[in-house]
Amino acid sequence: MIEKVFGKQFVNQSLANKVFDIVNHIILFTLMMVVLYPLYFIVIASFSSPVAVAGGEVILFPKGFNMDGYKEIFKYKDIWTGYGNSIIYTAVGTSINLISTIPAAFAFSRRDLPGIKPLMLLFVFTMFFGGGLIPTYLLVQSLHMDNTIWALVLPGAVGVYNLIVARTFFEQSIPEELYEASVVDGCDYFRYFFRIVLPISKPIIAVMMLIYAVGHWNSYFSALIYLVDRSKFPLQVILREILIQQQQVAGNNAMTLDALEQQRHLAEMIKYGVIVVASLPALCMYPFVQKHFVKGMMIGAVKG
Amino acid sequence: MKKGQKKQTKENRHSMSMGKRLKKNWQLYIFLLPALAGLILFSYVPMYGIQLAFRDYNPLRGIMGSPWVGFENFTRFFHSPQFQNLLINTLAISFYSLIVGFPIPIILALGLNYVANLRFKKAVQSITYAPYFISTVVLVGILNIFLSTDGGLINQLVKFFGRDPILFMGQSRFWRHIYVWSGVWQSMGWNAVIYIATLAGVSAEMHEAATIDGATKFQRVFWIDLPMILPTIVITLILSCGSIMGIGFEKAYLMQNPLNLGVSEIISTYIYKIGLVNSEYGFSTAVGLFNSVVNCIVLLTVNQAAKRISKTSLW
Repeated sequence: MIEKVFGKQFVNQSLANKVFDIVNHIILFTLMMVVLYPLYFIVIASFSSPVAVAGGEVILFPKGFNMDGYKEIFKYKDIWTGYGNSIIYTAVGTSINLISTIPAAFAFSRRDLPGIKPLMLLFVFTMFFGGGLIPTYLLVQSLHMDNTIWALVLPGAVGVYNLIVARTFFEQSIPEELYEASVVDGCDYFRYFFRIVLPISKPIIAVMMLIYAVGHWNSYFSALIYLVDRSKFPLQVILREILIQQQQVAGNNAMTLDALEQQRHLAEMIKYGVIVVASLPALCMYPFVQKHFVKGMMIGAVKG
Repeated sequence: MKKGQKKQTKENRHSMSMGKRLKKNWQLYIFLLPALAGLILFSYVPMYGIQLAFRDYNPLRGIMGSPWVGFENFTRFFHSPQFQNLLINTLAISFYSLIVGFPIPIILALGLNYVANLRFKKAVQSITYAPYFISTVVLVGILNIFLSTDGGLINQLVKFFGRDPILFMGQSRFWRHIYVWSGVWQSMGWNAVIYIATLAGVSAEMHEAATIDGATKFQRVFWIDLPMILPTIVITLILSCGSIMGIGFEKAYLMQNPLNLGVSEIISTYIYKIGLVNSEYGFSTAVGLFNSVVNCIVLLTVNQAAKRISKTSLW
């Protein structure tokens, strides 16, 4: 048992090391539980009877299993239009992000590019200084992009931090000899990039895709300030109404006190369910990309 | 032989004339084009709009047509009754976040480095960075649910210990703690990734040698691991100091309610409200500019200090 938890060498170690291992494992285990439990609780609560949840009876397993919250969510149209919109915004936005970030990162990884330093400075400067909310807002308006998808996907097209991470990846994981060999074989930069660099850069592309996609999926502020039509709202704006502004979702023709109470409970259930439904895509995606993290994020980690 | 060749090509490259190098590399500029276009249009063009901070904006006349007012917008901000409060709130939240949120990922990474059981290690890592993928809206929604006075999990605990339920989100004294610790909860795993990556690069021989010399694990953490990740720590620290005034608008805004506004109103939420809700464009831009300038000064100072002390810096 001890061997399984602490590894084979544990028994032969000095007392100081044993203490270190035990304390370390306790800390890590606690941290893991502190992160895990709230997430777990929301999932089981979403399947439980509202009365049991409110009464504090749901602790480790769902109680009074039912799907009423989810049924109600399915009937609520705004959530599904929001879902659809979010998927479109995420797909379009992420594509634009990748098209602007990956080639630029590759170009910056070629150190012999003339003018590379001032160009890089031009990019890095925007990480720390910008026009601010109002000038950006006025620009988007004057380009007539407000109330369109473009206001959500174009202004943040290049993440400079991501660009630097991707550049570091290209610099460190693609050997210079590969370029020299391809030049000998008659490759220009276009062919070299599309035929050789892209296929071996899957890890960084996957990581970039994940980071950008999660960003688009989770963003609500640009939608809040630029979108007017309700039919264009992304999921997060709808979620804000339900979760933060406590907007009632369930039917509102209740008259009796009992029915009111029931409706209030149902509204709570919907909140749990909505959290699960909204977080599902991001959480489903990340195990697939996770294996690339080691290679992508780790090699691309900040090196200035 | 191979090395010599490499050196030669490098020398050739340097001796090439600018024109030749441009001709050879023009395709790379095509690669840069989309990013550069986006950057100029959406980062540099708005900088031109900063002049609004010195004008009394009139939508009919446009940016250029509105009259200059000098530093009037700034003096108005500095003399406004909220100024002190906004500054204190902004700085308090960011320093608190920095002090708590900065070391915890480092501790997590160092601890993970000494876990022998791979499955446990992976579990801790995957689980702790899962919350990073949850949106701010959902995070604040979760906070509302857990801290609610009717049936919220935390208040059920409070009741279990025989106390009256507490209106957590409505009381100023809890707000900063909730803000900061929920942030730690959400991002410690993600922030640890970069240190885990660096630690993976520490040579095993160094650890073996130290073990043979009788070093305990704790000593190895202190004398091998920490010094190895120090440059990463410094860079990350500089970057986080650079955003001291720029703490996220989104979370603070979503966590606001009339009861906690005294501590939850920060510069960025204020800019949004006076700018887009009240349409005071010039004034709002001035507040934003003040914020960016302070930010830049902090960043430059920290970067310079880091350069002196640890010889690591952003540039």
